[in-house]
Amino acid sequence: MSFSADSSTRTATRSGWADRAFGFAGGAAAFLTAGLFGWIVWDLIRLGWPHLSWSFFTGEVEDAGRQGGVGPLLISSVLILVCCLVPAVPLGVGCALWLSECVRRGSLTARLVTGGVDLLASVPSIVFGLFGMVFFCQKLGMGFSILSGGLTLAGMILPILVRTTLTALESLPADLRPAAAALGLTRTTSIVRILLPAAMPGIVVGVTLGIGRALSETAALLFTSGYSVRWPESIHDSGRALSVHIYDLALNVANGGPMASSTALVLLALILIINAAAVMLSERWMRRRYHPEA
Amino acid sequence: MTSSKSTTLSRSLDRVFRGVLGLLAAVSGGMVLLIVSYLVTGAWPAIEAGRLAAFFTDERWQPGSARDPQFGVVSMLVGSLLVTLLAVGLATPVGVASAVFHRFYAPPVLERWNRRMLELLIGVPAVVFGFWGLMTVVPLIVRLAPETPGQSLLAGGIVLALMILPIVTLTTQAALQAVPRAQLLAAAGLGLGRARTIWAVALPAARGGIGAGVLLSLARAIGETMAVVLVCGNIPQIPDSLFDPIRPVTSTIALEMGYATASHKALLFCAGLVLVLFTAVFVGWHSFRRQMADTGTGGA
Repeated sequence: MSFSADSSTRTATRSGWADRAFGFAGGAAAFLTAGLFGWIVWDLIRLGWPHLSWSFFTGEVEDAGRQGGVGPLLISSVLILVCCLVPAVPLGVGCALWLSECVRRGSLTARLVTGGVDLLASVPSIVFGLFGMVFFCQKLGMGFSILSGGLTLAGMILPILVRTTLTALESLPADLRPAAAALGLTRTTSIVRILLPAAMPGIVVGVTLGIGRALSETAALLFTSGYSVRWPESIHDSGRALSVHIYDLALNVANGGPMASSTALVLLALILIINAAAVMLSERWMRRRYHPEA
Repeated sequence: MTSSKSTTLSRSLDRVFRGVLGLLAAVSGGMVLLIVSYLVTGAWPAIEAGRLAAFFTDERWQPGSARDPQFGVVSMLVGSLLVTLLAVGLATPVGVASAVFHRFYAPPVLERWNRRMLELLIGVPAVVFGFWGLMTVVPLIVRLAPETPGQSLLAGGIVLALMILPIVTLTTQAALQAVPRAQLLAAAGLGLGRARTIWAVALPAARGGIGAGVLLSLARAIGETMAVVLVCGNIPQIPDSLFDPIRPVTSTIALEMGYATASHKALLFCAGLVLVLFTAVFVGWHSFRRQMADTGTGGA
């Protein structure tokens, strides 16, 4: 990665109007990108910060969301997340382990599973919502509940988990496997004791990215976990996630703007922190993996 | 330890473990089939009753009307396509230019920090983009064209473009990164200037990767719901101008699923099925190509 900035391409002939025009257009585009995102963040801080207080995080939703806080929604969001991760992590990690350790790469079954996971990643979130509604809420009789919403999200983050775990497993030193076999370890022991711990940093990155994705999802939750703003008593209750709250305030509640801004600010901060953690973890891990001397 | 009994035991344990992993993989890989089958089940009443023709022959979308229900979906498909194309059209030049800048002009530190920023931005929730669009972009459009409602094709295109911009930029950056250094050095050796090297060597060599990034963002944009439902105005019509409100397919599902019944509901499932087919074609093709490339290098 570090040779991206090799001097040879940067010190090439710099003269000429074309070069200057390219540099100007590119610089403008880069500046525009950063500026627009700075604008979004600034707007949310400007509109949302004034309403933030301790009671915003602990209080109940009042007056359809115009007053009060988001306490129950925070709890609902966390519960949805738990219901999402509990099935998704074993599924994703297991699928990646199978792809990397149990079948030949490029074989028909491996390709079918990889293709299926890739297609799963392409399914729009609103379609996940439709599926969750008929399958979990109606067919399996879970109703509009935190459980239904979490399980629906599990399908959404599954491809992320499979991809990152697979990448982690594939980038392990090639001699780990023959070394484990030479020690007389069984496949199971080798996977559980050697490969999984070695790939753990990559799995952690995947789970972190998955959490970010699950927290930011809205469309898949509209018809699965529902709109209830009460304190959830169990995972069988309906519960509104933070993202759904922003949508509802913006679309259905007159003068819901200020509180929606605050909620959006909180959600954005949460997700930026989580994703920054993922980026940092993966960078640190990549450095260790590829430059052991550093 | 070496007794044959424990060996058989560990062998059968291995077999069980493999079986469990295989099962997990089968569930992961097969989930998409489950989703499609339930969509088809949901859509079946409409397909069976031959309602699909109404999708394309009816002029308007008024499924709730008791007297004259109409199920014309063409205006919404057109809306989805227009807003997606507008977003990709806006985001691609900016993303490619910005990637070229960071690869060939900016100091490495800037490139690194820019990549980190973009990786963070990919995770910003769609509903936050939509909400920001409603609070900021829509009023700006009203100021630009005072007699319009502001919620429009243009607003949707801008918000979607912002959402896919990090994807386009990052994939272009990766594609430029993958251009063999020898080619760039050869270009320099031939005395080509930087601009000429970019235009005649780097961009053509990275074309495939850039195209794949654009395809991915196209799939992402057409399936996006939250960003468009808040800013597009949600009136099902074929727009005459950029400032007319539209209603993409995804918005319709989000807005009407809550109260839809019977044939109306089945038609919303049909709409979902159409969306899946659309994105599956884009992404499936991409995945197929990547796997071909994977096995290609593996065999070499």
